[in-house]
Amino acid sequence: MGVGGDSLRRVPDVPKISAADVSKVATLARLCLTDDELTTATAELSAMLDHFADIDALDLDGVEPMMQPTPLANVMREDVEGETLDRDEVLGQAPLVEDGRFRVPPILGIQE
Amino acid sequence: MSITYVNDDGYYPSNEEHPRWEHEGYELVVGLEVHVELATRTKLFSSAPNRFGDEPNTNIDPVTLGLPGALPVLNRQAVELAIRLGLALNCTVQKSTFARKNYFYPDMPKAYQISQYDEPINIDGWLDLPDGFRVGVERGHLEEDTGKSTHVGGAGGRIHGSDYSLIDFNRAGVPLVEIVSRPDIRHPEQAKAYVTELRGILVAVGASDAKMEEGSMRVDANVSVRKPGADFNTRCEIKNVNSVRSLGRAIEYEARRQVLLHEAGEPVTQQTRHWDENDGRTHTLRSKEDADDYRYFLEPDLVVVDPGIEWIEAVRAALPVLPSARRAGLAAITGLAANSEAIMVVTDRGHDSFVVDVAKHGGDASITLKHLQQLPEAAGVPAEDVAKLTTMEASGGLTATQAKQVLADMVDAGGGDAEAIATDKGFEAMGNTELESMVDAAIAAQPDAWEKFCAGEGKAMGALVGAIMKASKGQADGKAVTALLNAKKS
Repeated sequence: MGVGGDSLRRVPDVPKISAADVSKVATLARLCLTDDELTTATAELSAMLDHFADIDALDLDGVEPMMQPTPLANVMREDVEGETLDRDEVLGQAPLVEDGRFRVPPILGIQE
Repeated sequence: MSITYVNDDGYYPSNEEHPRWEHEGYELVVGLEVHVELATRTKLFSSAPNRFGDEPNTNIDPVTLGLPGALPVLNRQAVELAIRLGLALNCTVQKSTFARKNYFYPDMPKAYQISQYDEPINIDGWLDLPDGFRVGVERGHLEEDTGKSTHVGGAGGRIHGSDYSLIDFNRAGVPLVEIVSRPDIRHPEQAKAYVTELRGILVAVGASDAKMEEGSMRVDANVSVRKPGADFNTRCEIKNVNSVRSLGRAIEYEARRQVLLHEAGEPVTQQTRHWDENDGRTHTLRSKEDADDYRYFLEPDLVVVDPGIEWIEAVRAALPVLPSARRAGLAAITGLAANSEAIMVVTDRGHDSFVVDVAKHGGDASITLKHLQQLPEAAGVPAEDVAKLTTMEASGGLTATQAKQVLADMVDAGGGDAEAIATDKGFEAMGNTELESMVDAAIAAQPDAWEKFCAGEGKAMGALVGAIMKASKGQADGKAVTALLNAKKS
């Protein structure tokens, strides 16, 4: 993200994001934050959002949202088989392996 | 992919004439999400092979495994197949983007799935069921498949209580199209017909082999019930449905479960439920509150896909004739309803073109259709041989039973002359005089049945026909017998 250093250091008057929001995002990202880290992260994320508030203040009516920083479209490859990795080499780096597959702890909860 | 519907504005007025599931004054509302693996040689974002049934973890590369620095490059053929499918479902094909769907699961090493979110490639289509019921198609978007988990230990390989899981990444990155229907379906049979018809289309356009048993076509059902005319109620998503038949059973079970809850004044909780084929029920799994907070954002490693009018029209021009049009073609030359069983079965087997060929050789289309339904192998016999056979049968030169035996011989021999085979088998066309005397004898032997038949009791005909068939040792033509009886009555 192109967030400038000045913006990051600017302390917002009213926090744009609550500690509870940050805590939720951290949980979703499987991050364990201490109380101190949570306070710091909340302040820093608020500063970032503050920076975007500057953009919100601009009159952007009639400006197409920019989805990508480059004007490229349709970058594609042909449907042709390429090289694959050596299975033994890959599995050799896994902590646990069984029957040519990665062995992982039991999966519970989140379904897909 | 879940979409929240506020109302059913998209529901087609002509659907009103079709039967609806009803229980205790509630009606059923179903939307289907179908995941289809595309028949490409390689994966959606890398050149690793897309092949079912290979040794585990052999079709893997850095992109498949989400190794640091690996970058996705879109497979052109996957886009082409997605467009083909979208056009076959009457969708608008549009400029689209890819997004990251963020969640943690061991079968997805990047910790996000690349999918399409607010700008899918196909939107706003529909699919007509064979009986004319129209189901709206909300979207058909591209995304990558996940790896395959096998749960070890616990109760029979179920996810619950397993000791550990084994992951095979061969399937990770395989191109999928997810087809999301509108919540237009009002009967379990319509859900089954939708999936069956969709499978037929997928196979016809070559987008997928669409095998539910191999998982190349996976169906999730969003089910709710409501009083007719009321707003939509909370729905549950049913997963783990592995056949068309199970889909009907799972929807029926789930709808009844929800009616019970509503009638008891208990809330239906929005949740994912797994269908268990063994006990015929849906079950909930413990799900975390934030599980569906996917924090979608635009995939920065991929650019916009803008197929453009030329590509889209080239794909449209190359589309094959779809099953619905092929059934209509058979209906036109046989006089049967397009959704009659014979036409459905023969078209599904891809033998409709054979019937057309036989008709072109002067054969009888409806007789050909009837034989093909019972003996699919007959499609391997030269069309002109079958044409001659059906002409003989149509003119009464062979009975249906005799024709069947001649056709079986043709299948064994890879063809042959119907007349020669019939003569060889001693099948002499039964003369009308001979048949008429048998009819007269039957009437004389059963005057009561004849009287009842003349009085309009259709059942009485059975006794007469039975006697005639017996007298002719099954060689009489049923149609000719019926015609004679009716002629004598008037």
